[in-house]
Amino acid sequence: MKNLTKKQKSALQRIIGAAVLTAALAVLFRFWAVPQFARAVFYLAPYLLVGWDVLRKAIHGITHGQVFDECFLMSIATVGAMLLGEHLEAVAVMLFYQIGELFQSIAVGRSRRSITDLMDIRPDYAYLQAEDGTLERVDPDDVEVGTLIVVRPGEKIPIDGVVEEGSAALNTAALTGESAPRFAEPGDAVISGCVSVDGLLKIRTTREFGESTVSKILDLVENSSMKKARAENFISRFARWYTPIVCFGALALAVIPPLVLLLMGRPAMPLEWIRRALTFLVISCPCAVVVSVPLSFFGGIGCASSRGILVKGSNYLEALADTRYIAFDKTGTLTRGTFTVSEVLPAQGYTEDQVLEYAAAAESVSPHPIAQSIRAAWGKEVRTDAAESVQEIPGHGAVCTLDGKRILAGNARLLQLEGLPAPAAPARPGTVVYVAADGNYVGAILISDTLKPTSAEAMTDLALQGVHTILLTGDTQAAADEAARMLQIGSVRAGLLPEDKVAEVERLLAAKGRREYLAFVGDGINDAPVLSRADVGIAMGSLGSDAAIEAADIVLMDDDPAKISLAMRIAKKTLRIVRENIGFAIGVKVLFLLLGALGISNMWMAIFADVGVMVIAVINAMRALRI
Amino acid sequence: MKKTYKIDVDCAACADKMEVCIRETPGVKDAALSFMTLKVKVEFEDDADPAAVMEEARRRCKNIEDEMEIFL
Repeated sequence: MKNLTKKQKSALQRIIGAAVLTAALAVLFRFWAVPQFARAVFYLAPYLLVGWDVLRKAIHGITHGQVFDECFLMSIATVGAMLLGEHLEAVAVMLFYQIGELFQSIAVGRSRRSITDLMDIRPDYAYLQAEDGTLERVDPDDVEVGTLIVVRPGEKIPIDGVVEEGSAALNTAALTGESAPRFAEPGDAVISGCVSVDGLLKIRTTREFGESTVSKILDLVENSSMKKARAENFISRFARWYTPIVCFGALALAVIPPLVLLLMGRPAMPLEWIRRALTFLVISCPCAVVVSVPLSFFGGIGCASSRGILVKGSNYLEALADTRYIAFDKTGTLTRGTFTVSEVLPAQGYTEDQVLEYAAAAESVSPHPIAQSIRAAWGKEVRTDAAESVQEIPGHGAVCTLDGKRILAGNARLLQLEGLPAPAAPARPGTVVYVAADGNYVGAILISDTLKPTSAEAMTDLALQGVHTILLTGDTQAAADEAARMLQIGSVRAGLLPEDKVAEVERLLAAKGRREYLAFVGDGINDAPVLSRADVGIAMGSLGSDAAIEAADIVLMDDDPAKISLAMRIAKKTLRIVRENIGFAIGVKVLFLLLGALGISNMWMAIFADVGVMVIAVINAMRALRI
Repeated sequence: MKKTYKIDVDCAACADKMEVCIRETPGVKDAALSFMTLKVKVEFEDDADPAAVMEEARRRCKNIEDEMEIFL
């Protein structure tokens, strides 16, 4: 109760007051016979207490030419019932209508709050360090690019920047949904929204607050509910037509049957038909259905963002639920996009360690990713006889002296240059570095881009969901085939330039069915044209890459391909809820319109059905928040 | 030019009416309203004065439903 707004509290008080009063009157009139007229006057008290604002809005509507306003219709229905002498019904209808409105308002407010909580990444302040070392608390909006800000343990990094002093473990859960911390040291770029777990960081800002990751993400999620799904547009159109149709239906019901009966020479019973028509008006408000649809989508989008999946619009969530084809880029999407030593092949008489130590020595100064991967694989101190002995031979490799031996590390051309026979290349994709010492072949190191640990699982999951997977890559056929085999990807197109990828996606788009969608997953930088061409563009956000966040419809904040199938499950669940709600709510309304017309259901049942449908639809919609 | 405004409105059907009403205000090219975030994003015609246009949009919306609000 303590979370209610002022408006909701006063509505609740009025409802309780009116309910108690009505019950008291109903009991009182059992024992005290009063004339109809007096009863009406007594019941007017709870009626006005609970419904005065509805009446006021109705009058406002009439004077401003808005006839089909649901307040107006509720007023007609209840005033009509009052005039027919059904005082208790009139009060009850107003009472339940208000209970329904209050419930809806609380439910919507709660889901708004829970989604804002999920996205609780907006920093409220930044600390600047003054000359004398004291900290000054400022609005992050006022911090200029290039300012040194201080982030204390447990605080959010408010603005993107580069660490200048201090180190800390960063919790990125709010951005990625992953709880494993990342470490930041001086020189590392850090993005806003991460929380420093244990260290004090001094950060030189590289962006303004409005341009920082956290602002962009918040913007994106908040705007997402403005891009409406087909289901939402359908329900808006439905709402626009539903109320007028029901009203004319009510009018027809009040006039036509009595006239027909009169012409047939039978008793017209005009009061009975008016009563039935008033029942129609009670069910004329479309709000229950209208609110449950955006509520479900909002819940689905909120649920996805809590898992590090940013969806830019309800329409994309809708399309994702019916996605049957997903084309993948390889490097950086399914693979890490970084090089690692995948195999060491020592020659006869040498050990793996020797091969690695020699190679690391020769490559000890090179900044090339391949050299880095060799040094990382060696992992121990790199020794050379003298730093000056290291010599790089561009396009070939490097040489150095270690323990008096002349070490070579490079490609086959380097060996030929030094007059050594080129050994047979391993029949696996990747880059090969050959190592020789004093003219003797020592071994080879195979370096390749490794698959992400979740790639295989992601593909299996998608296949289980009936999705056809396609690999589109600029890499060689051998590398593509190898990846496709390990991941069990259906079809492969290798050696593609970016424009070939667009052509390939267009071919796939032309071949698919009408209600089937195609998604493309890429790392967002070179793939921007393809991402925008596909029905759903999914980008690896690589924690802060602007190009990716800009070009795609869905962004995976932690670059984890397994999140694609999770996103599809969330999308499917959301759409299932939406369809359930639309079918259920419209079904029940139509049923009660029929029962009302036939005189089987009365006002009590109609209002119960109407409020009941709304409560069930809203509770059902809230399920979308959880997967 | 696009601008986002905070709004307040009680029911989803009223929010839809409000969106249509803002969209039909002269000077507005397009409007997208979210009942869930209580915000409306308005795209103005090139020669329109947003402040004046929104004043008019607010007046029109108040006609339909006087308990709604656009925070200008």
